[in-house]
Amino acid sequence: MTRFVLRRIVQTLIVLLVMSFVIYSLIGLMPGDPIDIMIASNPNIAPDVAANLRKIYGLDQPLLLRYWHWLMSALSGDLGYSRTHSQPVLHMLLPALWQTCKLLVTSFILSVLLSFGLGILAARKPGGIVDGLISLAAFAGISVPVFWLALMMILVFAVELHWFPASGIATVGDGGLRDQVVHLVMPVTTLALATTGGFTRYVRASMIEVLRLDLVRTARAKGAGEMRVVMVHAFRNALIPVVTIMALSFGVLFNGALLTETMFAQPGMGKMIYDAILGNDFNLALSGLLFATLVTLLSNLAADLAYGWLDPRISLQ
Amino acid sequence: MSELIALDGISVHFPIGRGGLFAAPKRTLRAAENVSFAIAEGETLALVGESGSGKSTLGNVVAGLQIPTAGSLRFRGRPLDAAAWKDARRAIQIVFQDPFGALDPRMPVSAIIAEPLKIQGIATVAERRERAAELVGQVGLPRDALNRYPHEFSGGQRQRIAIARALAPSPQLIVADEPLSALDVSIQSQILNLMKEIQEEHSLSYLFISHDLAVVNHLVDRVAVLYLGRLVEIAARAEVFDTPSHPYTQALLHSVPRIGRKRPRGQTIKGEMPSPMAPPPGCVFHPRCPKAADVCRSEIPALLPAPGRPGQLAACHFRE
Repeated sequence: MTRFVLRRIVQTLIVLLVMSFVIYSLIGLMPGDPIDIMIASNPNIAPDVAANLRKIYGLDQPLLLRYWHWLMSALSGDLGYSRTHSQPVLHMLLPALWQTCKLLVTSFILSVLLSFGLGILAARKPGGIVDGLISLAAFAGISVPVFWLALMMILVFAVELHWFPASGIATVGDGGLRDQVVHLVMPVTTLALATTGGFTRYVRASMIEVLRLDLVRTARAKGAGEMRVVMVHAFRNALIPVVTIMALSFGVLFNGALLTETMFAQPGMGKMIYDAILGNDFNLALSGLLFATLVTLLSNLAADLAYGWLDPRISLQ
Repeated sequence: MSELIALDGISVHFPIGRGGLFAAPKRTLRAAENVSFAIAEGETLALVGESGSGKSTLGNVVAGLQIPTAGSLRFRGRPLDAAAWKDARRAIQIVFQDPFGALDPRMPVSAIIAEPLKIQGIATVAERRERAAELVGQVGLPRDALNRYPHEFSGGQRQRIAIARALAPSPQLIVADEPLSALDVSIQSQILNLMKEIQEEHSLSYLFISHDLAVVNHLVDRVAVLYLGRLVEIAARAEVFDTPSHPYTQALLHSVPRIGRKRPRGQTIKGEMPSPMAPPPGCVFHPRCPKAADVCRSEIPALLPAPGRPGQLAACHFRE
């Protein structure tokens, strides 16, 4: 078990190293560079001045050499400066990370719990009325575009009802816990609704499969109550495939909550990475993307560890 | 011998399709139709028949896993209603065909065996563990099997675990739903012998569901033959095997291949079993029966004693 985790951590580090090169190259291959954007607002700049700037920033050097320099300083803890924000990358990264954690973790927990409940309920009687209603809602959740859902939420709950603020993370001059929570309600709900539909379908399918097995009949024959049959015997066995899907989507959501973050003006990772790429902010985009890679790798590791706990047939070696 | 459990006019119908504008028309699958039989204390009754004859459905009814559409059950003379089931549940246990699917892969063997006791609230944790250890020994597994998980065992060993599990609440009747058909032949005889030993030790009754007549001949006291959800013949083992009364039973026995004997011509059953969604009128066996006459196409034969053998009942207009 310890050896398994250690080996996976080493693997994770190797993947990160490779990914850092791939991402660095892709960003470096993008048309234009930071100097282009710097001088875009001043068309009178002379070409030799621009060339000089490139030399100062090292942008005239070959890609491999630039990567080597970046890697060396990154390994010594210096992720560089964000060009667009004129701040060290770490100062940008950490608040965005915190913001994303708040948004993502709450909505993820919410949608996991919701989909467990709804999926189990629907699987009890496939094809019944309850299943029909839940499936309808699930497909609505899958099909409705996030930006539309976000707009509707803003329209109804912010503009018409004034229950929640339309966007932002805190009121200027307030920023207390209650204020922050109130600001989180709508983005969390939107993101949760967008992911619950798919999760519910997975839980339902997995439950229907397990409920057909003889082990469920055995449990009934033992005299187990419906609650025990469904929760102890069926649900825990149904979880195994569901956990994979959920862990994988956590990684995707981490930097994929862009639309929700944009609609509700949440300065999270998705929005930060998107802006950094558009603004040719190489250092920030690179660190942000690498961090997203790390989260994906770690959630996969978490899924593997969860297997070992859920399924005694799988031994982690 | 006193009666342990009795089925009286049990029918099980499954609705197929929901009807409505776009769905397939509503139909009824008749898995069991007006079946009555009883099992005495310490007796082994075999339920034999082709696939789809309703054997497992009846087994589930006896084990309380399937609520019959019509008819009633009696356990030790007491009608089995919801309240009576609470007590009978403990006394009637079931062993399934597939030992790979019937055990929860997430539970160690000790928990699998002790769970019925836990659910019934019998004994303390330590006592339940002790009982599990005792049962594991009884079914011939090593004591260290208790802490292992089902996937670490072979099919035969798993069936032993399933039997230990069924024995845990000290039942009086075990419904064995084709307990051997998923096992290798060499393992089958081991499990069969185990079941015999356990029966003697605990004075159990078995409802043994099988399509293997050789196994049935080896183990049981009486045989009930099902065809398309109907009981066509029920009698002591020797009578069924030596002097079968119903043409279906005769054909079934002739279909068992034997070394050194040529299969007599004209005795095999022709065709397929009709669909249980559209059973033929009259005697359900008449489309395949060599003796079929006009009366068979219109009148349902009653279950009556064979001529000269009052203990052997057959549902045929021309019983022998």
